[in-house]
Amino acid sequence: MHQFVPYILLLPLIGFLVNGLFGKKIGSETAAGLIGAGVIGLAFVLAAVIVGEMAGSPAEDRKHIVTLFQWVAAGSFSVSVAYQVDQLSMLMTLVVTGVGFLIHVYSIGYMHGDPGFRRFFAYMNLFIFMMLNLVLAGNFLLMFLGWEGVGLCSFLLIGFWHDRPFDTGGYAPGTAMTTDAAKKAFIVNRIGDFGFLIAMFMIVGAFGTLNFDEVFARAPYVFEAGNATVFWITLLLFLGATGKSAQIPLFVWLPDAMAGPTPVSALIHAATMVTAGVYMIARCSILYALAPATMEIVAGVGLATALVAATIGLVQNDIKKVLAYSTVSQLGYMFLALGVGSFTGGVFHVMTHAFFKALLFLGAGSVIHAMHDEQDIQKMGGLAPVMPVTYRTFLIAALAIAGIPPLAGFFSKDEILWKAFSQGGLGYWVVGWMVAGLTAFYMFRLVSLTFGGEARWGHDKHPHESPKLMTVPLMVLAILSVVGGFIGVPESLGGSNVIERWLEPVFAPAMAKLAFVQTGHDPAEYLLMALSVLIAAGGIAGARYIYLRRASIADGIAGRFRPFYALLWNKYFIDELYDAVIVRPIAAGSDRLLWRFFDIGVIDGMVNGTAHLVRLASGSLRKLQSGNAQNYAYGFLVGIILVLGVIIFR
Amino acid sequence: MTDLLPIVLFLPFAGSLVLFALRDNGRPAVVKTVGFAFSAATFLLSLLLYARFDAANTGYQFVTSIPWIPSLSVSFSVGLDGISLLLVLLTTFLTPIALLSSWNAVEKKVRQYTMMILLLETGMLGVFCAVDMFLFYVFWEAMLIPMYFIIGIWGGERRVYAAIKFFLYTMFGSLLMLVAIIALGIYASTLPGGHFTTDLSLLNAIGPQIPMTIQLWMFLAFALSFAIKVPLFPFHTWLPDAHVEAPTAGSVILAGVLLKMGTYGLVRFCVPLFPAAATLCAPYISALAVIGIVYGALVSMVQTDMKKLVAYSSVSHLGFVVLGIFAFTEAGLQGSILQMVNHGLSTGGLFLLVGMIYERRHTREIREFGGLAKVVPVLSVVLMIVTLSSIGLPGLNGFVGEFLILLGSFNSAVLNPWFAIIGATGVIFAAVYLLWMYQRVIFGSVKNEANRGLRDMSARELALMIPVLVFIVWIGVYPDTFLRLSASKTKELVTMLSHPKAALPPVSEPVGPQK
Repeated sequence: MHQFVPYILLLPLIGFLVNGLFGKKIGSETAAGLIGAGVIGLAFVLAAVIVGEMAGSPAEDRKHIVTLFQWVAAGSFSVSVAYQVDQLSMLMTLVVTGVGFLIHVYSIGYMHGDPGFRRFFAYMNLFIFMMLNLVLAGNFLLMFLGWEGVGLCSFLLIGFWHDRPFDTGGYAPGTAMTTDAAKKAFIVNRIGDFGFLIAMFMIVGAFGTLNFDEVFARAPYVFEAGNATVFWITLLLFLGATGKSAQIPLFVWLPDAMAGPTPVSALIHAATMVTAGVYMIARCSILYALAPATMEIVAGVGLATALVAATIGLVQNDIKKVLAYSTVSQLGYMFLALGVGSFTGGVFHVMTHAFFKALLFLGAGSVIHAMHDEQDIQKMGGLAPVMPVTYRTFLIAALAIAGIPPLAGFFSKDEILWKAFSQGGLGYWVVGWMVAGLTAFYMFRLVSLTFGGEARWGHDKHPHESPKLMTVPLMVLAILSVVGGFIGVPESLGGSNVIERWLEPVFAPAMAKLAFVQTGHDPAEYLLMALSVLIAAGGIAGARYIYLRRASIADGIAGRFRPFYALLWNKYFIDELYDAVIVRPIAAGSDRLLWRFFDIGVIDGMVNGTAHLVRLASGSLRKLQSGNAQNYAYGFLVGIILVLGVIIFR
Repeated sequence: MTDLLPIVLFLPFAGSLVLFALRDNGRPAVVKTVGFAFSAATFLLSLLLYARFDAANTGYQFVTSIPWIPSLSVSFSVGLDGISLLLVLLTTFLTPIALLSSWNAVEKKVRQYTMMILLLETGMLGVFCAVDMFLFYVFWEAMLIPMYFIIGIWGGERRVYAAIKFFLYTMFGSLLMLVAIIALGIYASTLPGGHFTTDLSLLNAIGPQIPMTIQLWMFLAFALSFAIKVPLFPFHTWLPDAHVEAPTAGSVILAGVLLKMGTYGLVRFCVPLFPAAATLCAPYISALAVIGIVYGALVSMVQTDMKKLVAYSSVSHLGFVVLGIFAFTEAGLQGSILQMVNHGLSTGGLFLLVGMIYERRHTREIREFGGLAKVVPVLSVVLMIVTLSSIGLPGLNGFVGEFLILLGSFNSAVLNPWFAIIGATGVIFAAVYLLWMYQRVIFGSVKNEANRGLRDMSARELALMIPVLVFIVWIGVYPDTFLRLSASKTKELVTMLSHPKAALPPVSEPVGPQK
């Protein structure tokens, strides 16, 4: 069956072309939506069949490469359009098409009546196509096609409502449009992609190829652990990951990406695209295992991002921005996992996070829909009885992300924290543990302010539960958020850790290099587990107490720590810093120094100056040709005298 | 048909003669149709060249050689190899499109205008086909004249300034080249048993044997001439003026084909004739190329006129091509050759679209626009695809070329990897200036009332853009159709360059090739 893997990609491509080229000819919105969602559903079914067949075959027989045709070649260098079917790529494919299908279905309801309905589905299908290229690629270059392709779709979808203003909360106050956010996303991502590009050049330099199987198989023989080249390759790839997966220093685009329609935020900016960096590093696990210094950087950046984003999330009032910072923070966890050598933990969290974060965003979309495009949670409240399905599913997702057992987030987060402790160190664990508390707190601040307490909206609003097309995907995702973690129940809790067994062959070479000491059953694991449940519960209880019972406490805290509060509210002024240090100097320098001074002044000045000089000179020379015989005779005389003078007085 | 190549070469010229024979009051529609028919026929015949071309053969094919000035053993010699075939195809492809684009835009002296374009086509084809240096020089100079008139007569307000600047800049370079061509011929005559020659295949064998000091001067004379044409930073300031003032078709041909004559000259003459000097100069020229990439992009970013913005982006894009040539690797050279075609399609396409917008609004100031997506949706989509091609999005044509160029120059034996690293930042800046322009022109709501009633692309406009779009996707997905044409030639060239010492004369100068 694996040879049919190109059809998984072909389906969304067909959907894109049909809705993109003939969208106007498709009369009904429903037909366009059904095509858009249908192709993704079919792709999921096909992927599931292939995974079923893989599961039925022995572990060493689960990896296949399907080559279609030679893509780019010059000299001895050659890259094909080739797809790699293995445990990791198919797991990602299932998540992308599965969650993608649910979000497409939801979008039929959410985008109902929008004049750009068909365009929306065309872009969404194109996104899935590019994302599948990214995860199924059998070489770096095809992965890069998907990598930049999802960035393009992200750009197109963030700025989908391109005539709407957008409050960035930072730069261009009052004048920014959604397209400013879109452009920012694309450019910041391109800075990361620059790293990816250079890394590819270095890989070709070292291996002569970009094919995953050749590069990864030969890496342990080409590089000693700690080699400078492999350090730079992995670091530059990580730069790419910080762009796509919104880590320090390139995370600034993701909160602004919320300018797009909410299903986009759910699919691209929460569940799938932003996890591409995690996937890519997991894919290159052997290279990272050979670069311990990069591993430490990855872990450090992940941890710092998790903490910074979580603290910003504490004070935001836009329902989608809170979720956006939460995404940044959770991605930080995933990088922490990768950095301490728990590739499985990182990928596991990618999956569970896809379930509950997609659910949170779709729930937020349902709320925004009901509140007529209101996104400020200070103007919500009391929505639980009005929208029961949205409330309950949102609550489940919030509990899952907070890490309450036995929901999905508990198992994946616990895996990460345990590995951070056992393979990283106490410091990693302490910060990660604190972030878990912050996560629980800001999530339940969000839940409390949105759904709990008194209604703070006016009589002009008539919130209502969303239609079935939107609530059914919520329910399916809620179920997944509950049971999704069961495939990774650790042995210490009597589970069989299915996901770890499944992914083991993919990460075996890296794990062999890293050679962690297997401690077996460590009582500390239970202690840490209990502590993380405790802090999650504490965060939830604290948030509920403050925001449901004693709203004055929040104001009191904000008042007492005003400078710190202002720092968080303004997102550490990072946007302003980038603007002042990078954007403005480049713009001003290009305009005044390079263009007006150098190009027009210096170069053209010299060119025109030369022409002017020639004209001046020839102008005065022309006067000699006066046609007046006396003048010529006079010149003649002067000449003779001069020549004679030279001869005589020499 | 053994004379296929001369027929392709002179068919446009014949077209201009037919137009000349037409009476002065010939109806513009007839004139346009005749002109288009000739250029389209030229394109179809050039496809025959493609079909009959043998990619494995590295020598010249379709060779026709007729003695011309026997006393100097100058002959009319034309032929094609993989590199020139691609550029011939680009020329024959873009000329009918350019003619179609100016169907309504050019109103005065339509007959003369169409004649000029056809003359220009023969001039450009001649430059790419010539395998005799003297013949090359004749075509190189001859093609300046129609371009001068196209800018100077059918151009914008400052057309005379732009035309003269274009003419003088290029002329300055060409004169040095002429001197070098003569010097090369004379050098050939000083060899034992030698005689004055401008035959390229003879000179290809002689050139590498020239002592380093002389070789360096000759190389520099050629290189300067080509660098002005490319244009390589800092010889680029004729370009923005020429582009802004030229009519749309002029800009399309200027960007699409004329600039390629500079990069083609570097590949065809500078490098193989003077390999040791080229190796010595590679880091310096590459440095200028990289400066051009970044500089062109930054200056492009702050332009307020769409056409000027695209013009400066050419400086940046052509910087990539030069960088790839002087990397002396197969990847770099193949990337550069493909990128010449890519730039013709992407930048040519951008000029076509900017021209369409200008025809509707008679302004190119970016701030005059905004919200065009609502008014002209089809044009907006086409502009998006061409823009993405120009910023090098994988899956479209520009990426393949840029990737190979940067890959080749990163792993080059003569260049430091930093050239490629700094050059790669151009990829970031390209996204900035082009997407920013797109955002300001296309996105948002319509604020300027004048933009409200604009009509979308006509069938003619769509018909001339669709072939461009087809090739943008084709090259992006399956570049092998084109890369394979020049592969063996490139390999031969790089192999030769990797042994520059072997080509040096026994008594070599102390200055050796640099690593």
